[in-house]
Amino acid sequence: MAELLQFAFSGLTVGAIYALVALGFTLIYKASDIINFAQGEFVMLGGMTTVFAALAGVPLPLAALIAIIVTTAVGLALHRFAIEPARDASPVALIMITIGASIFLRGVAQIVFDKRFHSLPPLFDANPIQFGGAAILPQSLVVLAGATVIVTMLWLFIDRTLFGKAVIATAANRLAARLIGIDTRRIVDFSFAISAAIGAIAGVLITPIALTSYDAGTLLALKGFAAAMLGGIGSAPGAVAGGLLLGMIEALSAGYLSSNYKDAVAFLIILVVLVAIPQGLFGRAKVERV
Amino acid sequence: MLILEADRLSIAFGGVRAIDEVSISIASGQVFSIIGPNGSGKTTLFNLISGIYLPNDGSIRLAGETVTGLAPDRLARRGLSRTFQNLQIFSRMSVLENVMVGRHRHERTGILADLLHAPTVSRQNLATREAARAALARVGLANDGDRSAGSLAYGALKRLEIARALASEPIVLLLDEPAAGCNPVETQEIDRVIRSIVKDGITVVLVEHDMRLVMNISDRIHVLASGRTLTEGTPEQVRSDPAVVQVYLGVHGSQEAARAFD
Amino acid sequence: MSLRALLENRLMAAIAVAAIVVILPYFFPSAYYYRIGALVFIFALAVVGLNLLMGFAGQVSLGHAGFLGIGAYSVAIGPVHFGMPSWLCLFAGAILSGAVAFAVGRPILKLKGHYLAVATLGFGLLVAIVLTNEAILTGGPDGMSVPGLALFGWRARGSDTWYWIAGVTLVGGFVLALNLMESSTGRALQAIHDSEIAARVLGIDVARKKLTVFIISAMYASVAGSYLALFNGHITPDAAGFLRSIELVAMVVLGGMGSIFGSLVGAAVLVVLPQALTIFHEYEQALLGLIVMGFMIFLRQGIVPSLAAALAGWRKC
Repeated sequence: MAELLQFAFSGLTVGAIYALVALGFTLIYKASDIINFAQGEFVMLGGMTTVFAALAGVPLPLAALIAIIVTTAVGLALHRFAIEPARDASPVALIMITIGASIFLRGVAQIVFDKRFHSLPPLFDANPIQFGGAAILPQSLVVLAGATVIVTMLWLFIDRTLFGKAVIATAANRLAARLIGIDTRRIVDFSFAISAAIGAIAGVLITPIALTSYDAGTLLALKGFAAAMLGGIGSAPGAVAGGLLLGMIEALSAGYLSSNYKDAVAFLIILVVLVAIPQGLFGRAKVERV
Repeated sequence: MLILEADRLSIAFGGVRAIDEVSISIASGQVFSIIGPNGSGKTTLFNLISGIYLPNDGSIRLAGETVTGLAPDRLARRGLSRTFQNLQIFSRMSVLENVMVGRHRHERTGILADLLHAPTVSRQNLATREAARAALARVGLANDGDRSAGSLAYGALKRLEIARALASEPIVLLLDEPAAGCNPVETQEIDRVIRSIVKDGITVVLVEHDMRLVMNISDRIHVLASGRTLTEGTPEQVRSDPAVVQVYLGVHGSQEAARAFD
Repeated sequence: MSLRALLENRLMAAIAVAAIVVILPYFFPSAYYYRIGALVFIFALAVVGLNLLMGFAGQVSLGHAGFLGIGAYSVAIGPVHFGMPSWLCLFAGAILSGAVAFAVGRPILKLKGHYLAVATLGFGLLVAIVLTNEAILTGGPDGMSVPGLALFGWRARGSDTWYWIAGVTLVGGFVLALNLMESSTGRALQAIHDSEIAARVLGIDVARKKLTVFIISAMYASVAGSYLALFNGHITPDAAGFLRSIELVAMVVLGGMGSIFGSLVGAAVLVVLPQALTIFHEYEQALLGLIVMGFMIFLRQGIVPSLAAALAGWRKC
């Protein structure tokens, strides 16, 4: 029982990160129909930039803030310089562009930072809390709390503000949104910027637990994408649910089956979901008109 | 002989009954037209007959055999061919190559022979090319074979699709708005092409908005409204049916229809 | 034969490659260049297969290095663990790749666009993970050494030998691909690329054709992978990894999607570039990312078709 609790908690923690990555994917996908493979790099940049800013002597909270701002700028630049010029490209071409961007960011991180693993001090105590026989890191609770706050704020923003409505409109029908005067370019700018910020915050939160390095982004992006697909791409609650679910499945199979194949779980899920329920758990099947 | 029959076809999309218990019977060698206002379900009916949609209810028979639920490629192999309202041209290929693809169901080489370019492949390529050229000539595009398909004018593209469908040697040809977007000259060409097709014994089923063409060329007309059959009959009967005039033709349409008989 | 007829000959690209393979060594300043040439030809072989799938049939595979890995490890595991001769393992690897492509392709080729892209991505990663984890068989993350190719007592050793083996195989691969394009299957694949629904309505069994080209492209990659392993004498799971898959796609895009000759150009650029950048090895990834982005944004048709279009425009003047 204690073991199960342990796995569940670590699964939820990492699941919260997957949820945030998946949320970033979903936000960009809804606003522009693009699958952004550089999403994982946003998380990596959040963590790594904080680490190196702190190493340079900047106080930790400020370092984190700088990291979030820098990553947001990168997200915006990605949209303006890589995506926008190729607006009319096929979906596959756009994926290739984001993959190229992801590799590029990794390559730059490799040069600007270094190739080692890095960590950050946790927000509170490093000592685990004992709960029902399981040892839970305080940072885990920080991650879960942080993710909850972000998801709630995002939901409130999309649901309660005029700009949020504009995002929904753009997601539903881009041309129609433009025809009623919405600047869809700014909406997509916003979605990239917010996704980057969310990713960066996730990076700052998880680095004390999971460490980070220049190539931590790729695997995260793939798992975040698996989570988004599981929940139903285009569904924000689905992204969150998918993330938590994926985290749990991963942790449980690592604990009870084989820890070697932990990473394979996400990819197996991708394949199974795509073949069996392409619209995911919460998505809606699309009807194609001829 | 009844070449194509549909018996109480129905299909619904998310609660909307797009086609509701529609039955049609088409005799061999006829020109059978399906007309109706926008949204009445004409293209949906076409998609049902050509296997692109699976009906919720009802059955379809082709040359006496039940074909309900067969995929489009299997229907094609039984001799059913169609064109598309929104033009599905192979734009990366030349005009001739487009029509050569139409010969596919008559081509017999396997993958190994194709990879090794066996003599059968050379002979087949030649035969396919010749048949494709013949089909192009029938629609008046004989000299455009080597041009890129994307470079053709709109009216010519419509005829290219017909040539491509003809190349498969169908027994029934479904034409989805062949005259849509065509000027009167191009429409005349379409009229001529359809007549020559029918002369060869191919049954033509037409969905069309151009009333003049429909009244001129059809043997029987089936009128759809809101997914249901409104009426069916000869052109004379249909154009003078007050229900049809009310729901579809309107004043201008019935004038056009009348002009077809002058 | 007139120049025009020669240029339009179905096998023109293959003849050109054959000429390049034969003539190139005269320009080699040292024996080292045989090695680069061999690597270019090996990768070009994989790229031809991928080009048939992506450029010609319009599908996408972001996990094609998985098949490269299967071919590579076949000629490692077979001889080392089962005592099978390398040349037999090469064929076995190709058949295995074909079988895997059949099993995986059947369900996932029903998907389109980015769904297909991600499914193939997942497949490639799974292969890499299996190769990394099953250390008893595969030697784990550090890989395993590969015994050289031996045929009736003759050992295939040395860069120049492999240059010729890879070159001749590449010409063969070109011929098969070019034959395919001018055949019933080839026309069907092109049609599927442009309009699946129209292809279907003309009697083409779309699912079957897609699966066929997927299997063929997998076998091309497998042979290339086997050659790579035999040539290098060593193989690691990286050969099947994500980065390798993206490199392959980048080679297709660079050379020109749908241009068989472009496969050689794309492979040449991306094999030679890191060699030229040995001092700037660190910048390799960043540069790869830039190249992929740059081409997908600005020169989506790739080098060879762009050059051909420019030439056609110039000739009209």
